[in-house]
Amino acid sequence: MNIISRRKLMTTGLLAAAGATGLGVAAKLAGRYGLIPPDAGVLYGAGETLTYAAQRLLTRHSMAQEFSRSQISKNPFANGIDALGPEFQRLQAGGFAEWRLAVDGMVARPALLPLAVIKSFPRSTQITMIACEEGWSYIAEWSGVPLAHVLNLVGALPQARYVVYRSFQPDWWESIDMADALHPQTLLATGMNGGELPVPFGGPLRLRVPRQLGYKNVKYITRLTLTDNLKGFGKGLGSSSPEGGYAWYAGI
Amino acid sequence: MYHDRGSEDFQGSSGHVFAISGQTAEWHSNIIMHCQLPVQKRRAMGTLTQTTDAVRPRHPALVRVTHWLTTLSFLALLVTGVEILISHPRFYWGETGNVNTPTLFKIPIPSSRGTVPTGYGYVLPDQNGWSRYLHFEAAWVAVLTGLLYVGFGFFQGHFRRNLLPAPSDLSPKQLANGIGRRLRFTRPTEEEAWSYNLIQRLTYLLVIFVLFPLVIWTGLAMSPAIASVFPAAVTILGGRQSARTLHLFVSIFLVLFLLVHVFMVCLAGFRNRVGAMITGRLGQSRERA
Repeated sequence: MNIISRRKLMTTGLLAAAGATGLGVAAKLAGRYGLIPPDAGVLYGAGETLTYAAQRLLTRHSMAQEFSRSQISKNPFANGIDALGPEFQRLQAGGFAEWRLAVDGMVARPALLPLAVIKSFPRSTQITMIACEEGWSYIAEWSGVPLAHVLNLVGALPQARYVVYRSFQPDWWESIDMADALHPQTLLATGMNGGELPVPFGGPLRLRVPRQLGYKNVKYITRLTLTDNLKGFGKGLGSSSPEGGYAWYAGI
Repeated sequence: MYHDRGSEDFQGSSGHVFAISGQTAEWHSNIIMHCQLPVQKRRAMGTLTQTTDAVRPRHPALVRVTHWLTTLSFLALLVTGVEILISHPRFYWGETGNVNTPTLFKIPIPSSRGTVPTGYGYVLPDQNGWSRYLHFEAAWVAVLTGLLYVGFGFFQGHFRRNLLPAPSDLSPKQLANGIGRRLRFTRPTEEEAWSYNLIQRLTYLLVIFVLFPLVIWTGLAMSPAIASVFPAAVTILGGRQSARTLHLFVSIFLVLFLLVHVFMVCLAGFRNRVGAMITGRLGQSRERA
């Protein structure tokens, strides 16, 4: 072994050690500041953490683009929905008067909110795009109460880090971090394009998270649970999406 | 593969040697002299200065490492990109588009989603989950590798020395000559193996400074979170659906580059050139696989 290759070997070794240490420190810091997504695994953990951490730092004060009234899609697509069953039909027939939203977990005052009460809260309206991971999209005017208003009302505890939200469809549940939950554009939507939110689009109650893809915008919301740890929900990956192979964070 | 054919087909037009731009010519000829010696003989020469000269690689180590990292990530991006495309093989222009709106064009393939009208009576298996995880992870590898390579390229003078064509080479005559040689599939000469020819330089610059930045930009423009931070990056492209359509076109150009690139490597001597990109050493260019 000559001098050159020995020097090269040492440099390479040192660089590799520095790189590994750097990665270790970065992972530790990411963990400390809550920048590791709950579905970070062996294969895709690095990519998901980089995306989530980078976008959390970038999007701290960002607002989803709002469009003009003329840009609202004439023919929005609701996507396919599974049959909602007789119980849903019964509620629908009653004008969803019996629809309740449960709010529990890390809150000072757990609540069971009838739809009429939710609709009486201060409303916010936005013309934003919803984009599906498949590639298609549409723009609509959404109206509803900011999720932050409801979280303040029930007294979200400071240690809460995520909001888990569940649907009338039991196999579709999601969660978002507090950055998205408290974001002014995150709505519990009850209206669309000036009317009631149609059932195919998630009526009577849909969570709108405009800075993330369509599948985080769960339809038929029935329950919000605040937590500091997602391990206890489902398989502990944060939502039903990673259980079906899809990323938990969908800001892409 | 061409290796089975005789080299006679190519020798006819190898008459003209390509001009190597001014400052690079000197050290090229220097290296060529050393490197044409058999490896054993070079090792036997022993003294430090001679060793330093003789082991100067065809491609610097950083170029070799970033080349293969980019190769791996590009192949991952390509396979997963095709999988993601299959879930909605319809393309639009503007901000929005879905199955209820007219398309710019459709790709006549079946889809992995039953909600897309394709005219086929069946639905392909849905591979979007892992494809999306891998697509974005591979994109990180490609971007970080690209940043390292571009930093090195500027800092070490790799772009200036090896990729930027000499102004005198950019005459229409030289360009026509270069394109003619490529179209006649002329094999490179021994000297040319130590440098990039004019068409190669221009193509690599196009890929590095136009196509790769464009494919990253159009990709990021599809992210709702990124769009919330840099809305202009989406509107300049004509909207999110335009960004998606452009992402496809730029990817097609990158795939075309890959095909031509691999073909040219085969033409120049697959083992020899791939070997040079792995070990840094350029063997005898007429060596048979």
